[in-house]
Amino acid sequence: MKELSLHILDIAKNATQAGASLVEITVDEDILKNRLTISIKDNGRGMSKELLQKVKDPFTTTRTTRSVGLGIPFFEMAAELCGGKLSIDSVEGKGTNITAWFEYDHIDRQPLGDMPSTIMAAVTGSPEVDFIYRHVICGKEFLLDTREIKKVLKGVPINNVEVATWLFEYVSEGLNMLRR
Amino acid sequence: MKSLQELEAIRNKTLNEIHMRNDRTEGIRIVVGMATCGIAAGARQVLNALVDEVKKRNLSQVTVAQTGCIGMCRLEPIVEVYMPGEEKVTYVKMSPEKVARVISEHIVNKKAIKEFTVGSAEQQDKEERE
Ligand SMILES: Nc1ncnc2c1ncn2[C@@H]1O[C@H](COP(=O)(O)OP(=O)(O)OP(=O)(O)O)[C@@H](O)[C@H]1O
Ligand SMILES: [Mg+2]
Repeated sequence: MKELSLHILDIAKNATQAGASLVEITVDEDILKNRLTISIKDNGRGMSKELLQKVKDPFTTTRTTRSVGLGIPFFEMAAELCGGKLSIDSVEGKGTNITAWFEYDHIDRQPLGDMPSTIMAAVTGSPEVDFIYRHVICGKEFLLDTREIKKVLKGVPINNVEVATWLFEYVSEGLNMLRR
Repeated sequence: MKSLQELEAIRNKTLNEIHMRNDRTEGIRIVVGMATCGIAAGARQVLNALVDEVKKRNLSQVTVAQTGCIGMCRLEPIVEVYMPGEEKVTYVKMSPEKVARVISEHIVNKKAIKEFTVGSAEQQDKEERE
C-alpha cells in the first residue's frame, strides 16, 4: 500500500469485522515533535491473549477466504520502516486499540494520502457502525462524529451516494482548513 | 463550505425521491470487495468512481455497498452487480475507467460487459497456460 490512509481503511475494516458498534480513528500530525500518530480504536470483540501474541505474524488470520492475514503486518512494516512503532492493546470482549507512530519527516514515511476517501469508504461500508474521526494538525482539530450526522439524516441511509459525496467534501474542506 | 444544513437539504431531496421510484434501477446493488487485498489493489478508487458515476447519473435507487474478501485476491479490485431477478455478475481487475463503462452499459443499458467478468479472466488464464 502506498498511502497510510489505505492502511487506516484496512485496520478500520478489521474493527467493523470484529463487530464494533463504535470505531474511533485519530490522526495527529505533530510537526514540532516530528511525529505522526495514528490510532484506530474499537469496542468490538477484542482478541484473546493467544491471538494477540501472534497477530503481527502474517500467517495469522481468523478469516476463512484465505490463510494469511496481512493487514496488521503491513501497517507495522510501514511504521517500522521510518523509525516508528505499532502497538496493540486488546481485551477480549471489550475492544481493541491499534496505535502506530511515524517519524514525520522520515524519507521512507508513506504519505498520509487521501483521508476523505478513507473516511467515506469506512463510514459508508458499515452504515450501522458509528465512527468518530479526529484529525489534529499542530494542535488544531477537525472532528467528525457520525452519530451527529445520522441525527440530521433521520433514517436516510448514510451510504446514500449523495450523502457519501457530502461526507467526502465535508472532510476535504475540514482538513484543508487545518492545513491553512 | 459544506455544512449540516446542506446535509439536511440532501436528506429532504432523498426523501422526496423515494416517492417517485424509478423502476429501471430499483433494487440494484453494486458491491465492492474491500478487504486488504482489494484495498491494496485499488478498491478505494473504484468505490470513489462508483459513487461519482451513480451520483452524476442520478441513479438514486442504486445501492453502492462493500464486502470483505471475496477469495480471489489476484483478481482484485472486484465488483459484484446484483440486479433483481438476475444472476450476479462479478467484474474483476476493476479500475475507475472500467467503472464508467459498467455504469453506462450494465446498470443503465442493462447489458453486462462480458470481457470484464471473472469468467472471461479465467478463460484468458487458461489460454495463456495452454
Ligand atoms: N480490531 C480487531 N478486533 C478483533 N480482532 C482483530 C482486530 N484486528 C485484527 N483482528 C484479528 O487479527 C487477525 C489478523 O488481522 P489482519 O488484519 O492482519 O488480517 P485479516 O484481517 O485476517 O486479513 P487481511 O487484513 O489480510 O484481509 C484477524 O483475522 C482477526 O482475527
Ligand atoms: Mg485485516
